[in-house]
Amino acid sequence: MSESTSFPILTALVLTPAIGAVVVSAISKRRPELVKLAALAFSGITAAMSIWLLCTFKSGEAGMQFVSKHSWIKAWGISWNLGVDGISIFLVVLTGLLWPIALLGADAHHDEKPYAAWLLILQAGVMGSFMSQDLFLFFVFFEIVLVPMYFLIGRWGYEGRIYAATKFFLYTMVGSALMLVGLVTTALLARRDIGHMTFDIHEIATGSHFAASTGRWLFLAFAIAFAVKVPLFPLHTWLPDAHTQAPTAGSVILAGVLLKLGTYGLLRFNVFLFPEASRYFRPVLLTLSVIGILYGAVVATMQKDLKRLVAYSSVAHLGFIVLGTFAFTSSAASGSVMQMINHGVSTGALFLMVGMISERRHTREISQLKGLQKVAPIFAVVFTVVMLSSIGVPGLNGFVGEFLILIGTFLTARWWAVVAATGVILAALYLLWAYQRVFHGEPDEANKSFRELTLREGLVILPMIAAIFFCGVYPKAMLDRIEPSVKELIAHVEEKTGYQEPVPVAVPVAEHEPKEGEE
Amino acid sequence: MLNVIWLIPLLPLSGFAINVVLGRKLGDPKSGYLAATMCGVAFILTLATYFDLLSKTEEERHHVSTIFSWIPVGGLKIDAAFLADPLSITMALFITGIGTLIHLYAIGYMHGDPKFSKFFIYLNLFAFSMLMLVLGENMLVTFLGWEGVGTCSYLLISFWHTRDSAATAGKKAFVTNRVGDWGFMIAMFLAFQAVGSLSYSVLNSAAEGGTLARSTGTAITMMLFIGACGKSAQLPLYIWLPDAMEGPTPVSALIHAATMVTAGVYLMVRVNPVIATAFTWAPAIIAIVGAATALFAATVAVAQNDIKKVLAYSTVSQLGFMFLAVGCGAYTAAIFHMITHAFFKALLFLGSGSVIHGMHHEQDMRKMGALRKLMPITAGTFIIGWLAIAGVPPFAGFWSKDEILLSAWAHPTNTGLYRVLWGVALVTALLTAFYMTRQVIMVFFGKARWEDHSEEHGAHGDFKPHESPAIMLLPLVVLCGLSIVGGVLNLPFTDSTKRLLSWLEPVIHFGEIEGHASAGVKWGLAVGTAALCIASMGVAYLVYQRNKIKAIEPQILADGWRYDRFVSWFMGKPGRQAFEAAAWADRTIVDGAVNGVATTVRRTGGVIRRTQSGFVRNYALLIGGGVVLMLAWFFLRAVGVFG
Repeated sequence: MSESTSFPILTALVLTPAIGAVVVSAISKRRPELVKLAALAFSGITAAMSIWLLCTFKSGEAGMQFVSKHSWIKAWGISWNLGVDGISIFLVVLTGLLWPIALLGADAHHDEKPYAAWLLILQAGVMGSFMSQDLFLFFVFFEIVLVPMYFLIGRWGYEGRIYAATKFFLYTMVGSALMLVGLVTTALLARRDIGHMTFDIHEIATGSHFAASTGRWLFLAFAIAFAVKVPLFPLHTWLPDAHTQAPTAGSVILAGVLLKLGTYGLLRFNVFLFPEASRYFRPVLLTLSVIGILYGAVVATMQKDLKRLVAYSSVAHLGFIVLGTFAFTSSAASGSVMQMINHGVSTGALFLMVGMISERRHTREISQLKGLQKVAPIFAVVFTVVMLSSIGVPGLNGFVGEFLILIGTFLTARWWAVVAATGVILAALYLLWAYQRVFHGEPDEANKSFRELTLREGLVILPMIAAIFFCGVYPKAMLDRIEPSVKELIAHVEEKTGYQEPVPVAVPVAEHEPKEGEE
Repeated sequence: MLNVIWLIPLLPLSGFAINVVLGRKLGDPKSGYLAATMCGVAFILTLATYFDLLSKTEEERHHVSTIFSWIPVGGLKIDAAFLADPLSITMALFITGIGTLIHLYAIGYMHGDPKFSKFFIYLNLFAFSMLMLVLGENMLVTFLGWEGVGTCSYLLISFWHTRDSAATAGKKAFVTNRVGDWGFMIAMFLAFQAVGSLSYSVLNSAAEGGTLARSTGTAITMMLFIGACGKSAQLPLYIWLPDAMEGPTPVSALIHAATMVTAGVYLMVRVNPVIATAFTWAPAIIAIVGAATALFAATVAVAQNDIKKVLAYSTVSQLGFMFLAVGCGAYTAAIFHMITHAFFKALLFLGSGSVIHGMHHEQDMRKMGALRKLMPITAGTFIIGWLAIAGVPPFAGFWSKDEILLSAWAHPTNTGLYRVLWGVALVTALLTAFYMTRQVIMVFFGKARWEDHSEEHGAHGDFKPHESPAIMLLPLVVLCGLSIVGGVLNLPFTDSTKRLLSWLEPVIHFGEIEGHASAGVKWGLAVGTAALCIASMGVAYLVYQRNKIKAIEPQILADGWRYDRFVSWFMGKPGRQAFEAAAWADRTIVDGAVNGVATTVRRTGGVIRRTQSGFVRNYALLIGGGVVLMLAWFFLRAVGVFG
């Protein structure tokens, strides 16, 4: 862990949107045109800083970088402790880049000021969650995220928004309550091993020696909170409601980064802090993931609402991510980390486009839409690219993550991987079927005047399309940064549990007789 | 040239990119010429590579060029790398060669279509993907191409997407292919676990060196075969191919006859050492599935009335022949038939397209007849294609089909089984001669039945089929020539005339199984088969031209033994119901439980509120306020501590 002495970039990444929220709130009611401008400016600065962060991030290093650590409550060992490594860097960057896209790509329609303010608070919370290296600090950010999301769904959502917001809130709160108990207990118990009270996850992970049963209880307390957030089958039913009812920006952010708080949490906290318990509960989590992959896809197929369909597809995709997390191979875990980003980009883009459809047609019912490709061919092409990325066609980003997860899982959990791989068939089924019903055919009266993709919309979605291609063609750029941290995490598990990661070694090409013609 | 082999796929890719940006501006026909040029230059480069390879000694004909490291994680090191060896270059030659001809043809065929440039965007993307598939040095690059051609196939089948049948056919093709892709993926996982790499060189040399366990080899073989069944339309996954005829005819010729559908055969030949290490029942299954598919599809072709459907089932049937060859260990024969088939089937499809074009988009053969006079070049070339596929010497198809039949007859192990398969293949060959004769007669000879249907074509009495433009006829003539002389690639007389065998030798020497048959048996089989095929054509002549024998075309054959209908029923009824049940269960049981818990908690908690909203909003505020208070408290404390 290297202490950074220069500009506290991570702190700035949290504070900028937070200050932005305050500034936006302070804007006079008579100057509504400034709201969007200010919100964009602050999220723009955040985006620029996150890109700068990525550029200066050292690839090939496993530990935390840009660490910013200041004691906060000494007596309790709580500190303002931020850092990024290969597991979190891209999530931070995605968080930085997604907000301007969400702000530009979708309108609030009413009460723009609180809308923008809540969005910025949300960004601060998400940023903090991904960077916190302190359990307590993480919890605070994790909770902060809940509140703006609740209001975004509840105030700017669609017809059933109150029910959805409530469900989202209560569901997540129950998980959080468990986690709060879990993390306090973790710190208290770890004190006996370490000698002083601390919430620093690195100190706890290396210094603590929980009894097996204790570790498992603590694991569960965290795991349930994160499983709700992912969401893992059967705790997923808040998601379709939240997604369907949320305003477009809410859906984009929810799919893009919020769900990743769950998968990230499982990897960062559950596996890191409780390796023994992670190994112990592995079959359960693998099984639930595989069920989620198939079940999410099957249920998605029958959805009548486009947003619900994409929401259920998220259940399936996130199943893959959890599968890779608990495979305990560096390829699967790297795939999981990468897939968090990929899913964020492609599902984020899907929600953005579904939002555009719903904006134009005032409906998301698949049966109300028809023949859009004929009237809006460019819109259809962009949608096709995003869809193919979501289906996992090689050359696009979605494939690389899924493939790494599956091939890595195959090494340690063969049959789970074999069954999970059938998910790729189902993914093609539900998306292509929906595409056919919405875009193919002859457009009827109501769909004849469907507007083509506008320049602004195109520019908003362009970075996502670029990312879809880039990550599919040259994933090495990401993997070089992700892999060292993932390897270190697995080495940590190996050290703590005696588990040995299977690494197939390439058999050298045999010495050939002249006839063989091999190089 | 070997070092810049990546240029070959790059050319169609840049054609794709240019047309994406400028296609609309270039328009009809310039964007088509651009695409065709890209494909043509790729062909020339492939030719250069071929001569480069030829100039080397046999053992040096294996060149890997790595572009960049694609997916490097842990033990998994996958490069974006190309392999130039006799097999991959052979494939690339006929893909780019026939591809160029079909690009040219399409310029004429698609003329006037509002989405003209888009068609060539897809076509170039297809050529790129197909080249990635065959030139890939490892399974994942091949898989990239594999999925790429599948995607292009989807886009091109549903090219006329306002037609519901086209849209459905595209989706069906993609999803069915995905079933096969699952097998391909599992095969990659198995290979990685066994040899720590996805490179063909590593996998094959492990198989040749005996370090690949027999069970693993068998599993990889079978899983790849599942993939091949999807892509190459074998039983039970063939169902998408007949429907794929919804696409424009050049697409049918290029993708669904000459190139993409042969990818499965290519894949099996590529890993022939692995198949050689598998238990003998594994190749036997491949041979059985191949022969069964060949016969099945041939019986169905006999009763089809759509000019393209006949050819589609015929393609399925001929692919079955190729898999029979693979199952016999006769890899040269498989590739040989793949090439000749590409010649004559592309010719037949393009010919049928010319007919459809000339008939103003009529595809029903019952409304054709006597077209030879009005479309002499189309008819003449089509007739050559017919002779080639029917197995009449000395045309191309005769030689390659003969090899496959011989390899089944003379298979050294499991002789009984393979003799039965030989019988099946022979019957299939006779049926092929029969239904192709039927088609030729129905389309080009007999009575001009289109006159009775002229009203339907909206021509109001003025309807007259016409010959196609030169740009469409040129590819026909070239392919016609190839269909005549294609056999010279691998004439069975002496070792020096078996050119393809000695050329492919470095790739297939480990897996190729040489049957043993005396010269007399060989001659007898060849002459006998040819004679029977000609007899079969004679029968068809009597039935369809002279009407001496009543045609037997039972409805069940026209319906493809009702297999497709069964699958559709299964997916539509029980399958859909199961999916709906899952969705229902999610709403009522999984989510119901959650709502039930919430309701119970609320009731027992004694919090009686009219609306949920009021309850939760307060609750949320409470939590939010709590968090803020907590933060404030900690902050104040912290300030105190610091102070």
